[in-house]
Amino acid sequence: MMAASKIMLDQEPSEIELLLPWHAAGTLNPRDARRVEEALARDPELAKQYAVIREEYAGTIALNESLGAPSARAMTKLFAAIDGEPARHPSRSLSLSTRVSEFFASLSPRTLAWSASLGALALLLQAAVIGAVLVKSQSASFQTASLSMNQPITRDLGGAATTPPRALVRFAPDARVADITALLDSYQASIVDGAKGGMFRLQFGSRPMSKDEITGLMNKLQSEKIVSLAVATP
Amino acid sequence: MQVLYGRHHVRVFRFGLRLVRDEQVAEDLISEVFLDVWRQAGKFEGRSAVSTWLLAITRFKALSALRRRKDVELDDEAANAIEDSSDDPEVAVQKKDTSDALRKCLTSLSADHREIVDLVYYHEKSVEEVAEIVGIPENTVKTRLFYARKKLAELLKAAGIERGWP
Repeated sequence: MMAASKIMLDQEPSEIELLLPWHAAGTLNPRDARRVEEALARDPELAKQYAVIREEYAGTIALNESLGAPSARAMTKLFAAIDGEPARHPSRSLSLSTRVSEFFASLSPRTLAWSASLGALALLLQAAVIGAVLVKSQSASFQTASLSMNQPITRDLGGAATTPPRALVRFAPDARVADITALLDSYQASIVDGAKGGMFRLQFGSRPMSKDEITGLMNKLQSEKIVSLAVATP
Repeated sequence: MQVLYGRHHVRVFRFGLRLVRDEQVAEDLISEVFLDVWRQAGKFEGRSAVSTWLLAITRFKALSALRRRKDVELDDEAANAIEDSSDDPEVAVQKKDTSDALRKCLTSLSADHREIVDLVYYHEKSVEEVAEIVGIPENTVKTRLFYARKKLAELLKAAGIERGWP
């Protein structure tokens, strides 16, 4: 069997070798991801190279996350420039929804407020009539139970200290919600942002930690079966 | 525009900063990028992700800004020289901090290599999206990242760090 990796670097890299960085970032299509997984399973040299790529991946994320954010000056400058732009005249070939939006946008705030109030009043009257009819005609009542799947998985730890540690975490593709919830509980972690590009930003506990403690925490987290990447962030 | 800005300005800033290596210029850059977006919103056809479109504009603006700055060259030598003035990979090794050395070496890559590494690893762009942003064929995207990684390995090796590849 021919190895997918090329030991001699004067040779051209194999196709699978070229795809490894995208596999680490989780941006390959399912077909290519499967091909890479199969090649990694049968080629130890390729697996070694993949481990190096995962280090580079984590290092690049840590480097970019450390760059901070722009000051408010950039936003002030932008919106001042936008205010200075000439008024724009949209083209006439607009969709129905755009024209409806435009119509409402063209109304003055006062008109809009009155229209909204009248609309709300009409709805209340309608609801009262329907309610009265139902109460009159219905003898039995029932209750439904529902589970909202739209709520983010968060835990309010309350009274957070100054700067508890945070990390960007990517969960394994086969991780179940129950596993993730159990992991969050065991680490006293909460999801504070996500999932951007498949990464969740987690916060651990409510007290700041030393650098060593954070390193230990990241190592422990990284060894979890359902965690494919954990990078500490400021 | 405020929602768009709020959602993307940090990543646009970081991408621009890694290219121009100057915070003030990078801040000016994001104002220019979002102003262009405001002006050209009608031209966005939705064939690619908004972030891909934004990064392509940022790259174009960053390269224009670099061309305007007479004192900065785009070649590897100049890029390395700028980084060498502060804290080079050898110093980082003395500190026995491999991850710090990796950061230094990532910063020491050429502009072409830095941007492709960032786009794939940090901005998590697919081969097709990187090709669209950088304006090169998809096969070139793959080989360019491979050689960027090879260069990174050379820099780390020069700093005394062996990682088992290549």
